[in-house]
Amino acid sequence: MQEKKLLTGNEAVARGAYEAGLLFASAYPGTPSTEILENLANFKDTLYSEWAPNEKVALEAAIGASLAGVRSLAAMKHVGVNVAADPLFTFAYTGVNGGCVLVSADDPGMHSSQNEQDNRNYAFAAKLLMLEPSDSQETKDFTKLAFELSEKFDTPVMLRLTTRICHSKSPVQLEGRQDAPVVPYVRNIEKYVATPANAIVMHEKLTERMAAMQAYANTAPVNRAEYNGLKTGVISAGAAYQYARDAFGDDASYLKLGMTHPMPMDLVREFASKVETLYVVEELDPYMETQIKAAGIACVGKALIPERGELNGRIVREAVFGEMPIAIHSEKTAVPRPPTLCAGCPHRGFFLALSKKKGVVITGDIGCYTLASSPPLSAMDSCFCMGGSISTGHGAAKAFALTGRPEKVVAVIGDSTFFHSGVTSLMDVVYNRGNSVSVILDNRITGMTGHQQNPGTGFTLMGEPAAEVDIPALCKAIGVEGSNIYLVNPLALDEVDAALEDALAKDEPTVIITRYPCILKKFSEEDRAEFDLSPKKCVISQEACRKCRMCVKTGCPSIRAAGAITIDAASCTGCGVCMQVCEFGAITAEG
Amino acid sequence: MKNTVKNILLVGVGGQGTILASKILSEGLLSAGYDVKMSEIHGMSQRGGNVSTQIRFGDKIRSPIVDKGEADIIVAFEKMEALRWFEYLKPGGQMVINDFEIPSAPISRGLVAYPKGILEELSEKAKVSVVRAGEIAEKLGNARAMNIVLLGALVKALHIGGIDWKALVRGNVKANFAELNLRAFEAGEAVM
Repeated sequence: MQEKKLLTGNEAVARGAYEAGLLFASAYPGTPSTEILENLANFKDTLYSEWAPNEKVALEAAIGASLAGVRSLAAMKHVGVNVAADPLFTFAYTGVNGGCVLVSADDPGMHSSQNEQDNRNYAFAAKLLMLEPSDSQETKDFTKLAFELSEKFDTPVMLRLTTRICHSKSPVQLEGRQDAPVVPYVRNIEKYVATPANAIVMHEKLTERMAAMQAYANTAPVNRAEYNGLKTGVISAGAAYQYARDAFGDDASYLKLGMTHPMPMDLVREFASKVETLYVVEELDPYMETQIKAAGIACVGKALIPERGELNGRIVREAVFGEMPIAIHSEKTAVPRPPTLCAGCPHRGFFLALSKKKGVVITGDIGCYTLASSPPLSAMDSCFCMGGSISTGHGAAKAFALTGRPEKVVAVIGDSTFFHSGVTSLMDVVYNRGNSVSVILDNRITGMTGHQQNPGTGFTLMGEPAAEVDIPALCKAIGVEGSNIYLVNPLALDEVDAALEDALAKDEPTVIITRYPCILKKFSEEDRAEFDLSPKKCVISQEACRKCRMCVKTGCPSIRAAGAITIDAASCTGCGVCMQVCEFGAITAEG
Repeated sequence: MKNTVKNILLVGVGGQGTILASKILSEGLLSAGYDVKMSEIHGMSQRGGNVSTQIRFGDKIRSPIVDKGEADIIVAFEKMEALRWFEYLKPGGQMVINDFEIPSAPISRGLVAYPKGILEELSEKAKVSVVRAGEIAEKLGNARAMNIVLLGALVKALHIGGIDWKALVRGNVKANFAELNLRAFEAGEAVM
């Protein structure tokens, strides 16, 4: 027997997929899902894993691998499923060849996301089989089960996790890898070519499969009733089950659901008939509650339990029993500690220069650089979704022009984000003769999620050297004039300013590419050859300092201005942005 | 037997090594036969945010989350974080505070002052042990070993026998830092 280890939910997905004989995995990084693929990459001698440019591509690649007869997986954060939704809905129609699992990592409470959508609704809408584990052991077990059920019912399976499952550690019993048989590939046009004529039949078959899955749900071992006292019954799933257990204690009875789509309505009905009051405890939407009530079963759910934010035992206790926590309070208040662009971040120089421009609307995107929206830079007007800045910027620029207003638009996007879905947006600008300035902030890595490789970095997830996307050449190929493409060092303020001035004056599509590695990145040999990355420190001469605070307004966390203005030597990287804004020459860099 | 659960919170600022300390602690508790759950939220911590790790152990653990009024022990790797998380302490619980300041962005920019008198006030209201982990680690040769000093202090405060903590420390740090971290661990135990 193998050892028991403490694993996060994400590590448990990777381990479970490995044990299940997985051969192909693809993902686009996104908190809280990123570590699933990073851990699968540790099994690179046994299975293949890759970063895809976006979630739609990741799922389509996993579908292809399933079609070719191997067990495959795609992982993404909740909003990533929006991107992958197109293939997903039709994949439910065709069904699988090799087992295929989609991991959706939701983020109730928005620890690191732009919304807290409840992706269980996708399982309902797309008619997928869905499993929801409550701890790391279940996450590993359910991952393995997901592949079995995918093949048994000829359906993609959604493994729905939440941040607390992904990022919490609990003991897991490790097992060996099983060999999943490679399913022979046979051309099957009726099954896999979704033309209307075929899809009508596929939809009919999907309805039959749904009935079979529903029947299975009522007998599935992962759906289990635990009878204690019959005064109170609780139906719950996922992380919420743990909170419900803590809140209702050992006297209540529980119907713990591991498979939540299709819902095991016979089990629910039986459980409801035995208990006096039935509660449904679930995070976010009344997903189960709505279906239970639609089946004519009375229950108490969102009337008491919050439908926004993350739950925990205390919140459930407070909501249901009105019990307030007993805590000690302090008279003092801690000052907030908001995340900031790091000391030495190459984005700081660019955004500082941009923030000086008047009459400019800045459409933003998802990445570290979204932090430029916070004070003191406050250099952003909007941020909706991954890859959206260039197209929202284009629409805004057209609208300003159509209504005769003078605003110019600058759209900012990261390298990985540009590859994700900014490329097609830039085509829109060029094709439709827009005049917005598109800025690609190329920091040579996917920064926010913790430094994942991407099509522009020269390496793959498994550490192999790879072809690099040539961003200027790509922009040219899309149709941007060569003279309208500016390649700048974002830490050189004059260079950035000149490019912005020039681009903003033009009434045609322009692209500014800022190229400088993320300061926290593990630099490659190529990085060291291309950029001056020798360690330096900036120092303020107290004699020369006139306390004008221009350096403080860069928002650099190394600059301390509580009393005398100084630079913290431990965190300063010598990027030199503060030096360039000091009008009195009080700041120097020491090598 | 009644299920006895202990709740521990490790709070600090991104980059202080709370996660490594939590990892060693959880592995130790697992090796002693406890059910253990550990939860960490670290979305944007590398960008200057605060970090918290929650560890619950006992016969059977359900939720991994420690909420207000529930922590038996809070180890604050940074002083203002002790203040931020103070109401998470269970009445009668213990707080181990590293006497070490890291200003947050509004403080660095001179917009607000770092709160004064934190140690005094919290000491009046709860059982507080102050550890100068920064100084101790620096004297041992590397300020970054602060986290292991605090781990040593925490382990001492926990009073759990039969766990080979030093072997766990050794197994979780790079070989050339093992001796330094073992001394840091011992120094942490000694201050409690």
